[in-house]
Amino acid sequence: MPGFAAGAYRPSPGRGTSPGFRFTLYAILAIVLMFVDQRRGWLADVRYVLSGAAYPLQLAVSSPTEAWRWLEQIFATRATLEAENAQLEREQQTLEMRQQRFEALARENGELRGLRDALPPVADHWIVAEVVEVELDSPRRRLLVNRGARNGVFKNQVVMDAHGLLGQTMRVGPWSAEVILITDPEHAVPVEIERTGVRTIALGTGETQALALPYLPANADVKSGDLLLTSGLGGVFPQGYPVARITDVRHDTVQPSAQVRARPLAQLDRMHEVMLVWFKGDHPAAPTPTATSASIDKNLPSGDPAYQPQSVPPRPKPTAPAASTTPAPKPAAHAASATPRRRPAGAAGDQAAPQPRTAEPDGSAAPAAAPAAAPVAPPPTPREPAPTAGANP
Amino acid sequence: MNARLAEPRGRMLLTTFIGLILTILPLPQWLALLRPAFLVLAVLYWSIAAPRAGGLALGFASGLTLDVFRGAVLGQHALALTTITYVAVREHQKIRSKPAFQQMLIVLGALIVYEFILFAIDGWSGHPMTSPLRWVHAATGALVWPLAVALLERSHSPR
Repeated sequence: MPGFAAGAYRPSPGRGTSPGFRFTLYAILAIVLMFVDQRRGWLADVRYVLSGAAYPLQLAVSSPTEAWRWLEQIFATRATLEAENAQLEREQQTLEMRQQRFEALARENGELRGLRDALPPVADHWIVAEVVEVELDSPRRRLLVNRGARNGVFKNQVVMDAHGLLGQTMRVGPWSAEVILITDPEHAVPVEIERTGVRTIALGTGETQALALPYLPANADVKSGDLLLTSGLGGVFPQGYPVARITDVRHDTVQPSAQVRARPLAQLDRMHEVMLVWFKGDHPAAPTPTATSASIDKNLPSGDPAYQPQSVPPRPKPTAPAASTTPAPKPAAHAASATPRRRPAGAAGDQAAPQPRTAEPDGSAAPAAAPAAAPVAPPPTPREPAPTAGANP
Repeated sequence: MNARLAEPRGRMLLTTFIGLILTILPLPQWLALLRPAFLVLAVLYWSIAAPRAGGLALGFASGLTLDVFRGAVLGQHALALTTITYVAVREHQKIRSKPAFQQMLIVLGALIVYEFILFAIDGWSGHPMTSPLRWVHAATGALVWPLAVALLERSHSPR
């Protein structure tokens, strides 16, 4: 190994303070910084400015990847484009069919609840953000996206892609936002199993394609292939958005809880674009009152809303697949008590409040539900006529 | 002070900046886990080769930069990096005179101390990260150390 080219440096600086003293100063400074940043949160503005300052470099670093992607697009062959186009058209048709069905259901649902019109979808609008290809913190699962406070992005905003839930924003800068993915080991999503309605929590594992559900009891009714939806608890995510599909269930006799793993529906390994979603704050199903996301904890209702069906307005289930079967009976059961009462927005956010779930007609989640729906009930439309057709002969 | 004796501050800042870029360059997941902490290696090098050019200030500033880019608690990387910089600056003459293999071992030790401080602060700040993968970069960092020294030396050697 080459020796250091060091002849020029005199051994003892012999000026100013000793390194030991300066080290102590720096160490104290660092510790005070950490304390102030972590325990007090006084540095929020400083961090905001700093992430703005860091953004140009992050953009620059990601630019080769962007350029490569751009080149790929430019030189995509005609055949590829045609295939893609055909695929998109097919998808479009499927979605339109589903949409027709959904509107009918939403109306029916609204009537059953004694409302004049069906509730509007809970998603208000969303913006598409591009992923800035830059390293954040490797074993953790984080992302940087190119939209920030200047675009109205706020902390704990829901991030999705066309297939399912991706995560939420953690730290927002002026032009960029850091997203924590649902697979991050520190992240947890309150979910419910679509087939049974059992609620639990899906934790990130740090792997790209796996969530863990450690809190399901060993005798829980869960099997491979079950769809997980957000349960609407926890105050960050709205109710009924697809999250993952169970891939692996092991009932270990010595373990009190089942070993369950799920695979996220969102394409976490190849994301270029994500959606940052705003939900209607005054909607009874709003995940969290946008303005007061800080007050989530204070608003937690006492008791588990799952055990107070009467106090919780009816929950329709127009998740695309189950939609055609379930929504009618449920609201009917509660129709009497279903006065259009509104709970305070905060409480509504924390609870599994009623809402036309996933399948927003404006499309934010419809594509997400689509693949999930396929295996269960292929085309939803022919379902309705089926019983009548059966009854007639 | 003639040109030969001038501290190579410009080169130091430039190579440290390159180290930062290499640290945040997007890589596939598995490769990102193997990636050495280039910025830390650069700071270590300059602490040993030119302790008066940057010294602790370089360590602290680089650490704060890392905090911003990694989204960590402000001061976390700063504390860890200042600590190993301090040891490197204090022992720079001893480290310099060691053969390559021993230097690699010393760097491995320094990187492990660095990562341990990060690990401890992660736990304290409520973002525990227990995956063993976080330690991998210490080994790869020690492995690329001789190469990094050879490259960095060319950047400022008077010859």
